Amino acid sequence: MNDALPAHAPLESIEAVDQGLGAAGYIASRQISTAIYLAHHLQKPILVEGPAGVGKTELAKSVATWMKLPLIRMQCYEGLDESKALYEWKYGKQLLYTQILKDKINSVIGDNDNLAVALAKLHDFGDIFFSHQFLEPRPLLRALETPGGAVLLIDEIDKSDQEFEAFLLEILSDYQVTIPELGTIHAGTPPIVLLTSNSTRDLGDALKRRCLHLHIGFPDEKLEQRIIASRVPGIDGRLLKQLVSFVQQLRALDLKKVPSVSETIDWARVMVLLHASVLEIDMVRDTLNVLLKFEADIEVAGKQIAGLTHKARQDAGVPA
Amino acid sequence: MSGFIAGAPSPSEPLRRFFQVARGAGLRVSAAEGIDAARAVDLVGFEDRTVLKDTLALILAKTPEEKNLYNEAFELYFKRDAFAGGDGTGETEDEEHTPGQSPARGPQAGGDGMGGSGGQGLGQLLESDDRAALAAEMEKAAREAGVENIRYFTQKNLYARRILDRMGLRALERGMEAMRQTGEQESLSRAQALESKVEQLRDAVRDFVERSLLLYARGETEKFREELLKSARLSNLERRDMDRMRVLVRQMAKKLAARYAKTRRRRLRGQLDTRRTLRRNMGWGGIPFITVWKQKRIEKPRVMVLCDVSGSVAAMSGFLLMFLYALNEALSDIRSFAFAGSLIEVSDILEKEPVEQAISKIMQTIGYGSSNYGNSFSDFEDGWMRFVNNKTTVIILGDGRGNRTDPRTDVIGRLSQRCKRIIWLNPEYRSAWGTGDSDMYRYAPFCNLVTVCNTLRQLERVITDILEDAA
Repeated sequence: MNDALPAHAPLESIEAVDQGLGAAGYIASRQISTAIYLAHHLQKPILVEGPAGVGKTELAKSVATWMKLPLIRMQCYEGLDESKALYEWKYGKQLLYTQILKDKINSVIGDNDNLAVALAKLHDFGDIFFSHQFLEPRPLLRALETPGGAVLLIDEIDKSDQEFEAFLLEILSDYQVTIPELGTIHAGTPPIVLLTSNSTRDLGDALKRRCLHLHIGFPDEKLEQRIIASRVPGIDGRLLKQLVSFVQQLRALDLKKVPSVSETIDWARVMVLLHASVLEIDMVRDTLNVLLKFEADIEVAGKQIAGLTHKARQDAGVPA
Repeated sequence: MSGFIAGAPSPSEPLRRFFQVARGAGLRVSAAEGIDAARAVDLVGFEDRTVLKDTLALILAKTPEEKNLYNEAFELYFKRDAFAGGDGTGETEDEEHTPGQSPARGPQAGGDGMGGSGGQGLGQLLESDDRAALAAEMEKAAREAGVENIRYFTQKNLYARRILDRMGLRALERGMEAMRQTGEQESLSRAQALESKVEQLRDAVRDFVERSLLLYARGETEKFREELLKSARLSNLERRDMDRMRVLVRQMAKKLAARYAKTRRRRLRGQLDTRRTLRRNMGWGGIPFITVWKQKRIEKPRVMVLCDVSGSVAAMSGFLLMFLYALNEALSDIRSFAFAGSLIEVSDILEKEPVEQAISKIMQTIGYGSSNYGNSFSDFEDGWMRFVNNKTTVIILGDGRGNRTDPRTDVIGRLSQRCKRIIWLNPEYRSAWGTGDSDMYRYAPFCNLVTVCNTLRQLERVITDILEDAA
């Protein structure tokens, strides 16, 4: 198996993964790095679960950037089937070619008045129409066929049907697919596969068994500060601390949808645009809709802004 | 564990025992996952505990609940390992002691019925107070006694006894008896000293077995209790079982929901869908290479539930409401009502409030009074009968005891004509129906199904049937 592995030198240790992802702008926790490391060496897909906006999709993008592999993304939805995920025949092209070849047919079989000979001749042409030239590869097939490997992101697998999940099993465990007309296609270089799920439904055991299961939760204060610092380069250190402390406190409140890392990043960008250097109560109130997406949540948090801001400023050591 | 695929690395002994612990804690570790874990551990090694923990977590625990169970099991298992000095050290300690034993035996060479080197060794160990060696000895004896097979708390004494025997306690006791019989002062005091040591050892072993039980058998004990609970009468449950029951109810509802929440389609073989066939075959100029067949959509069940919350069924209504709550989350088209003296709709409360608040709110609003079925049914007719149509399944949960008020069977009669069917679930045993103020037999003719339902298992079966029939 090992000779099929691409020579990704960067994947030699967990620390190397950590640094590599960091260079690509993704601050990973130890667990995430371990997952990527193992996924490569055990040749297993990773199933990433966690709340929306904690960087599940971003992880796949960063792995692709860092390893300089193409990212092939497949968004799942209800009703997704193999003709959209795996391959389709180019019907139009097939039709066009038959039309063009109609005129030529006489020259091919013209001289033979024996039907059997004519049929035999036609037989040789038959397979042409179901060959690689007429095959339209969809994301899954492309991921297998890309020379040198790829990063395959199967996004929001929980949105797809159960049947589709079962269909994925062959690809996920053996990195191969079977096309009836062509036979089984093996991956030259096994792609790195990441599946994401928001747990809107429970995934099947068969799928889970084939994957490494990585749960990404909300980061702690330190990690979130590092993430924001890497994503919003121009941000002032003290503002950063206040922002993160504020958001961390928000998450402790009883909200319908707590702000996630992506919202913190957006908010940090807004603050930088507004040239803020400290959190002001009024400014927080005006921009709260960046963090919270429900009217009821904004109302709940709105009452406590003063206290939260004060605490955040204290945490960051800003004089009140 | 004998079924490992040839050529795959088989998990090392400590890892294999950890799988067993993990299984005991309720994780499902399949053979394939075991192999994966072994390969992963080969890669990362045992040295760094945090890396090891992360690694195994990725492979063995696949839901947030499982991650929690896993974390506990990991801490428990590897902490214990560290205390006992690990696997290898256990063996070496043992070897170190065997030679140490022989010189000590010299003065005692009279062999006054000490019998068995095990007893001898144990006596030595106890007198020298070598705790590390004792712990190692205990681990070894425990492994020989097969302590990892412990399943129920009733087996605790059995295993403690076995471990002590393996450590040579019986022989030691015989030796101590012999010492006492010599009547010499020195032997007597020695026996006395040993006795208190043996007592300590007993405690230590019992403690050890207790921990093993926690490690290996938690999942099993839980399962056992859950099985018991599922078939216990809902009205007989004790308060301490409530929480566990709540979890069970939720699981059950979730299972039912997952199975029925989706609209399903059934293919009608033999009826061609012309329109969609043409559309599908546009690419071939309309020549139907691929045929599309008509499908029948299977509708989600539309359910109305009327739940009695009066004093006579108070012990049960809490659970019925809980199940109603769970069902409410599962099915989109469900309307729930609660009644005692009169009837109100509770769909909103169930939808908006968390489960405990919802139930206590309903009970406060309407619960505990004496029930009046006739009155409640006519309330239903006035307010909600117009929403009932021939696709609705009406479920009534109650004992049918209307305190000798007018049962208003005419309302139920009209209801049965409007709806698809009426199902009556009665917590009382069949023999009690029709006795005293029970109007069950008067209502029964109008119901499509009347059945006893007083355990969680029966409840699940009935609800499954309802959902299946609706399909």
